[in-house]
Amino acid sequence: MSPTPDGEGQAAVPAAGGLDARVRVHRGGFALDAALQVPAGEVVALMGPSGAGKSTLLGVLAGMTGFDEGHVRLHGRTLDERAPGASRGRRTPPSSRGVVLLGQDPRLFPHLSARDNVAFGLHVHGATKSAATAGAVEWLRRVGLEDLGGRRPAQLSGGQQQRVALARALATQPAALLLDEPLTSLDTETAGDVRALLHQQLAATRTTAVVATHDAVDAVALASRLVVLEDGRVTQTGPVRDVLATPATRFAAAVAGLNRVVGTTDASSKNWLGPGAVTWRSGGLELPGPEGVRPGTSSWAAVFRPGDVRIVDGSPHGAGEWTARIVRLEQTPAGVRVRTADPDVAVDVAAERAARFAARETITLRLDPADVRFVAAGGDVLIDSPGDANPPLPPG
Amino acid sequence: MTVAAHGDRAREERAGFVPRVLAVPAVIGLALLILPLGALVLRVEWSTLWTDVTSPEALSALGLSLVTGAVATAVCVVLGVPLALLIARSTVRTAAVLRALVTVPLVLPPMVGGVAMLFLFGRTSWLGGVLAEWGIRIPFTTTAVVLAQSFVALPFLVLALEGSLRATGTGYEQAAAGLGAGRWRILARVTLPLAAPGLVAGIVLCFARAIGEFGATALFAGNAPGVTQTMPLAIYTAFNGAGVTQGTAVALSLLLLVTAVGVLLLVRAWRAEAPR
Repeated sequence: MSPTPDGEGQAAVPAAGGLDARVRVHRGGFALDAALQVPAGEVVALMGPSGAGKSTLLGVLAGMTGFDEGHVRLHGRTLDERAPGASRGRRTPPSSRGVVLLGQDPRLFPHLSARDNVAFGLHVHGATKSAATAGAVEWLRRVGLEDLGGRRPAQLSGGQQQRVALARALATQPAALLLDEPLTSLDTETAGDVRALLHQQLAATRTTAVVATHDAVDAVALASRLVVLEDGRVTQTGPVRDVLATPATRFAAAVAGLNRVVGTTDASSKNWLGPGAVTWRSGGLELPGPEGVRPGTSSWAAVFRPGDVRIVDGSPHGAGEWTARIVRLEQTPAGVRVRTADPDVAVDVAAERAARFAARETITLRLDPADVRFVAAGGDVLIDSPGDANPPLPPG
Repeated sequence: MTVAAHGDRAREERAGFVPRVLAVPAVIGLALLILPLGALVLRVEWSTLWTDVTSPEALSALGLSLVTGAVATAVCVVLGVPLALLIARSTVRTAAVLRALVTVPLVLPPMVGGVAMLFLFGRTSWLGGVLAEWGIRIPFTTTAVVLAQSFVALPFLVLALEGSLRATGTGYEQAAAGLGAGRWRILARVTLPLAAPGLVAGIVLCFARAIGEFGATALFAGNAPGVTQTMPLAIYTAFNGAGVTQGTAVALSLLLLVTAVGVLLLVRAWRAEAPR
């Protein structure tokens, strides 16, 4: 049950299905101004640096946080609406939205057993006591905890608690499920297990969901689309792998583990490119420019993998070689990541080779132009802008 | 062996790093609380104890104390739980003001409270006048006993429960609301069960304070046997020697002491059974 192919043109979601939100929130110095669309039955990942407003946005969707202007619609029903400048608007309380927010803390009721926690939601939705208990038993089986229903939350591990919380949430058949970094507090292996379970259950129940996460692995594993939120604004949206392959911002590039270097196009001064060619330049790095681009028209970002950059001996000569200064060396599980300046480029080298280098040293780097992808870097340009719902932001 | 090692570590962790010399004032403090009660027990005349505590006056006073104490506790629960919720869920500033208002009866001598209630409900006051027109007289009735006890006991329940509510926070309530639960269900199934330790502690303190109440009752309700003469007033009367011996007073005191300890033990047993 793979999500439908999602072309650039059909990003705007029809109002009838799914989640459609466009909200502005002002809190002191912080401003959130974001639009979010989730087609019915699909999962959208929400990524952004700490403090970007992910949790605020989820709080708004869950009805826990008010907003200053905008709307939240879910499956054709307008939950909240507030006109610009209006002192108040329509607001649906959390208990009648059908939206469940599941955070890093599973918030299982400590005075109830795992089974009674799951049964709580079923009971609220009108099930008799015995039907709610039977439903809870079935849901605990689905999340692999059929034997632990009698335990209290304090007697369960972190991963088990998240499983119970997921069962409790899905048992109520929520109109939308919001996951706020649900795997962050789990160890790697447990997180993997719970991630697989999440994927399986979200797909099986066709639940419309938003997953806020710091981990690109979560986005790839759980979501069909990715929304990047930075400083309260959406900076990029699109199919998850497209966004990760063509990051529009430094943050998105960092998430994808890529170098993203913004430069300018220029008429070539290099004889190795031939007459009339355009070069792209950033600091000491010069590459054949993107095809079909006239010089000086716009800024472009070169996107490439740290592993594709080589450290070579001798002075730079020829295409894609430049002199770089080492800023620092970072140990990674696979080896060493060498950070260089002007332009800021990360280079991955094997640990035994890295012993030769030290900070502030000058080295020669080589990058094969074939390994570089160019992305328009208009500063605020939105890749895959979802139509009228989220107009391009004014320049500056 | 492993178990023993674990037990030792648990004890060490529990002990923490409190200066050892503090044990001295701690023991003196305990002595201050316990020794007077011991002195009381030493003065008991065991030969007449049974007749003293089963005298009609004593049993009537004990019955009145238990009934008015229970009713006052019920009043405090009905009024105090909403008040504690209001304080726990208001802003820091509002909560500070409300908490200060609730604490006033605690720091006031109960006699002052009795006088104040007399001024409020007495025939000369506006409220007392209105009530009198309806044929309702409150001062020097059993109702006055309950009111006086509620006045001095309510702060204990409110402050104990409010601390518990505030410590629990609203996270679980949000989770319950997200699952579709309405406000009443959240209160009954989530908020109050989670605050149960505070609520139980509050009820115990409240009942204990109500049973022991003397000053406000004496001034506002009087000392009429069978109507307003609760145990503390009966003990006071006995010590003043109005018709009874001091031995009776000591016996009554012992009865009140045993009753109080009995209530505490009952609540402890109930809480030990309850899940934590």
